[in-house]
Amino acid sequence: MDIIPHPTATRRIFLTGVGSLVGAFGVAPTLVLRPATATPSAMAAAIREVVGEAALHQGRVKLDIPPLVENGNTVSVTVSIDSPMSELDHVKSIHIFNEKNPQPNVTIFHLNPRAGRARISTRIRLADSQKVVAIARLSDETFWYDSADVMVTLAACLEDLR
Amino acid sequence: MARALINVPRKARRGEIIEIKTLLSHPMETGYRRDNMGNLISRDIISRFVCVYNGTEVFQADLFPAVAANPFLSFFTVATESGTFEFRWTDDHGNTQTAQANIEVA
Repeated sequence: MDIIPHPTATRRIFLTGVGSLVGAFGVAPTLVLRPATATPSAMAAAIREVVGEAALHQGRVKLDIPPLVENGNTVSVTVSIDSPMSELDHVKSIHIFNEKNPQPNVTIFHLNPRAGRARISTRIRLADSQKVVAIARLSDETFWYDSADVMVTLAACLEDLR
Repeated sequence: MARALINVPRKARRGEIIEIKTLLSHPMETGYRRDNMGNLISRDIISRFVCVYNGTEVFQADLFPAVAANPFLSFFTVATESGTFEFRWTDDHGNTQTAQANIEVA
């Protein structure tokens, strides 16, 4: 009696074991293969052109962009920088870059202490799911950045023309 | 002539930080799209925006084709004196469109 259930039980256990192994390996490579932090060279070159040899620090800049976008033709972006905007300490310019549009540049905003507050909003196009980077150049010639990954379901540049 | 929408507070206290919103109706044609016949549609981009407050440039922006059609910009400035804001959009060909708004600073 106790011998008969054993083969099926072990077989079942073996199969579920194999199944979970396959499942684990089926999922794992797709996660690994996704280039999570690879920065395409065009964007890196465009950023280098702005920053030069100076160090790029993370922080002070806040890039507000929805993580999931249905329509890449208009994506709301807000960049705000933690700055007193005084004569001695203010934001000189804000640069927005992207990875996968035909051009790496999106906008450059030029500010001065007359702004009072370093916060800019605009609407941009995104051709694909990608990383967006905002860089601020401060009056003391330091550079700060923030980045965000955006998933785009309907890409810009591909829409039908009416 | 394209239409511009401007949002500037009519009144402000001296020294108050005010938000300015601008929108210009413009296709911002990237130059990468093709029409039904497969021909490239020529590029038509507003590449420069300037905001002048009583003769002083308080904000400038360089725009690239990645800016969405009908370019919208929102930014801040300190209300220093009563006067006029002038907004200028310049395209690739050097054509300029302007709009104005008045503010009363108490």
